[in-house]
Amino acid sequence: MKCRKLMLGALSGALMLSGGAVQAKTLIFCSEGSPEGFDPALYTSGTTFDASSRHIYNKLVEFERGTTKIGPALAESWSISKDGKEYTFKLRKGVKFHTTAFFKPTRDFNADDVVFSFTRQLKKDSPWHKYTAGTSWEYFNGMSMPKLLKDVSKVDDYTVKFTLTRPEAPMIANLGMDFASIMSKEYADKLDKAGNKKDLNQKPIGTGPFKFQAYQKDAVIRYQAHETYWAGKAPIDNLVFAITTDAAVRHQRLKAGECHFNPYPNPADLAAIKKDPALKLPQQEGLNVGYLAYNTTVAPFNNVKVRKALNMAINKQAILDAVFQGAGKAAKNPIPPTIWSYNNAIKDDPYDPAAAKKLLAEAGVKDLSMEIWAMPVQRPYNPNARRMAELLQADFGKIGVKVKIVSYEWGEYLKRSKAKDRKGAVLLGWTGDNGDPDNFLAVLLGCDAVGGANRAQWCNKEFDGLIQKAKVVSDSAARTKLYEQAQVVFKREAPWATIAHSVVFKAMRKEVTGYKIDPFGGHNFYGVDIK
Amino acid sequence: MLAFLLRRIGLLIPTFIGVTVASFGFIRLLPGDPVLLMAGERGLSPERHAALLKEFGFDRPLWVQYWDYLSGIFQGDLGFSLVTKNPVIDEFFTLFPATVELSICAMIFAVALGIPAGMFAAVKRGTAFDHTVMGTALIGYSMPIFWWGLLLIIFFSGILQWTPVSGRISLLYFFPDVTGFMTIDAVLSGQKGALRSALSHLILPTIVLGTIPLAVIARQTRSAMLEVLSEDYVRTARSKGLSALRVVGVHALRNALIPVITTIGLQVGVLLAGAILTETIFSWPGIGKWMVDSIFRRDYPSVQGGLLMIALIVMIVNLIVDLLYGLINPRIRHKEG
Repeated sequence: MKCRKLMLGALSGALMLSGGAVQAKTLIFCSEGSPEGFDPALYTSGTTFDASSRHIYNKLVEFERGTTKIGPALAESWSISKDGKEYTFKLRKGVKFHTTAFFKPTRDFNADDVVFSFTRQLKKDSPWHKYTAGTSWEYFNGMSMPKLLKDVSKVDDYTVKFTLTRPEAPMIANLGMDFASIMSKEYADKLDKAGNKKDLNQKPIGTGPFKFQAYQKDAVIRYQAHETYWAGKAPIDNLVFAITTDAAVRHQRLKAGECHFNPYPNPADLAAIKKDPALKLPQQEGLNVGYLAYNTTVAPFNNVKVRKALNMAINKQAILDAVFQGAGKAAKNPIPPTIWSYNNAIKDDPYDPAAAKKLLAEAGVKDLSMEIWAMPVQRPYNPNARRMAELLQADFGKIGVKVKIVSYEWGEYLKRSKAKDRKGAVLLGWTGDNGDPDNFLAVLLGCDAVGGANRAQWCNKEFDGLIQKAKVVSDSAARTKLYEQAQVVFKREAPWATIAHSVVFKAMRKEVTGYKIDPFGGHNFYGVDIK
Repeated sequence: MLAFLLRRIGLLIPTFIGVTVASFGFIRLLPGDPVLLMAGERGLSPERHAALLKEFGFDRPLWVQYWDYLSGIFQGDLGFSLVTKNPVIDEFFTLFPATVELSICAMIFAVALGIPAGMFAAVKRGTAFDHTVMGTALIGYSMPIFWWGLLLIIFFSGILQWTPVSGRISLLYFFPDVTGFMTIDAVLSGQKGALRSALSHLILPTIVLGTIPLAVIARQTRSAMLEVLSEDYVRTARSKGLSALRVVGVHALRNALIPVITTIGLQVGVLLAGAILTETIFSWPGIGKWMVDSIFRRDYPSVQGGLLMIALIVMIVNLIVDLLYGLINPRIRHKEG
């Protein structure tokens, strides 16, 4: 059994999985869960995207690896009409779809594939709109695409036009998201003809850097490098997802050399990983924010002085130490510092219980009792909501505010916390989808989101005016200014106590090189090598 | 014997109906619904929420949904998973062989060690050996599976590096599923070392899953054996001058095994329940892990279908045990028949 130590070496060095490759390099990723399927547009979870869109497919535009910067991918260039309602994309030529044991493409990627990939989600009369039991295009719907997108049409084989119902500056960033993955129409037609549409979700064909080889349910997913990938073949030859749900077991597998990469190490194991000479632990600020949302429509939280007073009573450093165990950064704005337009000039509310008490008295509030809602689940932006709520309870207690901590089952929590007449302040957070400030500010704080994801029920005309304007302006400098102003309004009005942005850790073996942490929380192994 | 068989099968009908009600009701008693969980922090507008509930058929009265479920069962249709969109029955049978393989190994482990241990503890009653066996059995019975599994992984895989950490076979080996039983498929693949790798991956999960049944079987064997050893016919056999081995191994053991077989039958349910934790720890792609994932995702069809299938299997195994019991002990058959 001692020879098991050599397993990774053997795998990386001379694995014969790909049928006779002499020096095949295989990277093993101990993934945290099973994909729900392989058609990313049907799902919303990062685990599914890692297994599908991030390796098998491409989008028209994609984020540069490790950044929130969007750039060309299957579209080489694009132009936007003056009224901001028409986006014309020039497509890349010579892009090959995967050739696998179950499909051999006869043509290259073209406009038909783009039109197919979007109309199946947009048009209810598309034969692919309901292609498998319970199909619902949740991300597409969640990004309001059915309302925004009027049509997607082919101009010629290498030109497509997106027509919108209104100008939408974040449109390009939206098209870099996973639901916008481009599928092969030729493959879909073949499946349709064979009466086997559901295979689109089970045996995927894309243009991406890795092609799907096999999936043993809940155990292993195997991919091979796409030899004719338009951006160049990946340095590794094979990619294997070894599904390992328990974090402690993932850590043991990484240590034992059964895998190269652990996406979510336990905070308790971080010190041991740092010490281990065979492992490394890069880190990066996550594209997220954890917050406490007051209900700004219910007294006394409709008074900005009360909200400010509570914010000043919070000892964020203590929360970072106890809840994030050092893997977090105090948040002063509702967007993380990694997003463009982050307003660094803003000063955070100081931690000053005495001043907070005074402000509360000024607001005429005495003997305040309130509820703080603690999420029942662990999230990157809040690894332990219960503990956080207890610390807030102690902090607020110091200024004479009594706190009762409540919690519900996750689905119930999400539902009840949206109620307009909700009592108490809610702990929640958000991880960005597309790196656009609009994805935080409009989704979480816009007037349209009241009763939905806007848990503060906060509709401020000045703030909303700024973000609505920023949505339709295409000049990025002008947009930046508008968002910076919006953050000033947010800070002044304090609908939330912004608590923290988490730091993301990735544990991997020393021999893994070229990995860049994805700010969106995904895992992408194109460009990664094993030395 | 036929009447005995029919009576036993007849008893299964109300149990089966009870199981369908329980499996249908259980997941719906949990707060939250699959649509809300699907949307996550982003949330859904009330209209979209209602539309999706309607689409999945969850807006209909419960009795209509139950009737649909029940009529589906009789047509062999357990519905589609809300998550993977695959038929539940297909998902179940894809994963079931992994659980069966592990459970068989765990049962062999438990029986092979539990019966001799219990037997010798009874024969050497009151000695240090007896106390050690029974003390160990008690510890084994009370051990939290999750903790036990991690402990074994850290010790045998982490420190000693004798066994693999998790999975069913080394990722070096790649061959198609034929039977779903990794050991058999490894042999069929003809790849050198594949069987050895599959067996080495079975060691720790087998020990973890087999620990509780082992403890129960050892204790049960001991007490049954003690009872039988004090019977007149054993004393007679001894006084006739038969060897101790023959008295214990042939005369006493056969009768002592009757309650033990019932216990083994009941342990099938324990194994399937234990599989939930064991499979999670060892990344073992079986139905236990699948059930946990399905419950967390509120995948109603998968949970109710999976529970029904598991309950059916436990019922069938217990029926077989009942019949075996009748075969071994004619008095039962005659009394009830």
